[in-house]
Amino acid sequence: MKKIFSRPESLKNVTTHYCAGCGHGLAHRLIAEVIDELNIREKVIAVAPVGCAVVAYDYWNFDCTEAAHGRALAVGTAIKRVRPDNIVFTYQGDGDLAAIGTNETIHAANRGENITAIFINNAIYGMTGGQMAPTTLLGQKTATTPKGRDVRFQGYPLNISLLLGTLPAVKYVERVSLHNPQEILKSKRAIKQAFQNQIDNIGFSLVEILSPCPTYWEMSSEKAMSWIRDTMTKEFPLRRIK
Amino acid sequence: MPRITIDKEKCKGCLLCVSVCPKGAIKAGTKMNKRGITFVEFKKGGNCLGCAMCAVICPDCCIEVYK
Ligand SMILES: Cc1ncc(C[n+]2csc(CCOP(=O)(O)OP(=O)(O)O)c2C)c(N)n1
Repeated sequence: MKKIFSRPESLKNVTTHYCAGCGHGLAHRLIAEVIDELNIREKVIAVAPVGCAVVAYDYWNFDCTEAAHGRALAVGTAIKRVRPDNIVFTYQGDGDLAAIGTNETIHAANRGENITAIFINNAIYGMTGGQMAPTTLLGQKTATTPKGRDVRFQGYPLNISLLLGTLPAVKYVERVSLHNPQEILKSKRAIKQAFQNQIDNIGFSLVEILSPCPTYWEMSSEKAMSWIRDTMTKEFPLRRIK
Repeated sequence: MPRITIDKEKCKGCLLCVSVCPKGAIKAGTKMNKRGITFVEFKKGGNCLGCAMCAVICPDCCIEVYK
């Protein structure tokens, strides 16, 4: 009998602080698997965000640093420019990448930095207690939109991946999801592509991952997955954007 | 017969593995781990296919699959 599934070497053997059913653990593992498969563990440098994944460096078994809230792609730019032989990626939530860090995100993408951005879209601010994010859906209840997001007051959900796809220097943008095993495997393929692009010096790549937050969506883990499938993908369709 | 092992100390009881197993070979458990979480259990004689869907969806990387 052969072991056909076990923890990747790039993921430390520790219990994470994430809530039950949180997508961050899944996304961490997929990145770790890809880094093992591409054999770049000794070359990779991750930039962790501010958000629930703020201590991702305690979970990954490779070099990591930490950026101020929203600034991961600016920090990633600097690291890649001084160490062009390293593989640099940022890991950021929607509050980090698409609210406080919109500026850094758009300009790093527009400069066509040869780095990889992994964007975890859970439509909410997890770490601070479930406030509205730019990606919160219309009608979605959060701590700061108790009656649901209203377009008259909070505007439309921000489709940052689509915006970035319009920039000529952006080479690869794909939106994937973690809501079932098939989609999880597709997410892994997209992450691998985004890292391969950097290895091949192709330029800026971003993978947006729709990810569950059962705690602040106030759902069971299973319900959160079906909410992504039935509701979130209507606003954020799964597809290769560029 | 394929089988899985569950790291009960890392399990958070989210039950996603239970929801995807095509054979219903995993169940919500009755025992608690050191963190006070009721961890899932692999059913004895559970007809596991070794498809690894449970391991793929486990957010906490608690499951190893043998086939
Ligand atoms: C400069 C600054 N402003 C605000 C905060 C508070 N803050 C911490 S995390 C966060 C948002 C996190 O949301 P997201 O990026 O979506 O990640 P998640 O926690 O959902 O994974 C905010 C506003 C901060 N730490 N620093």
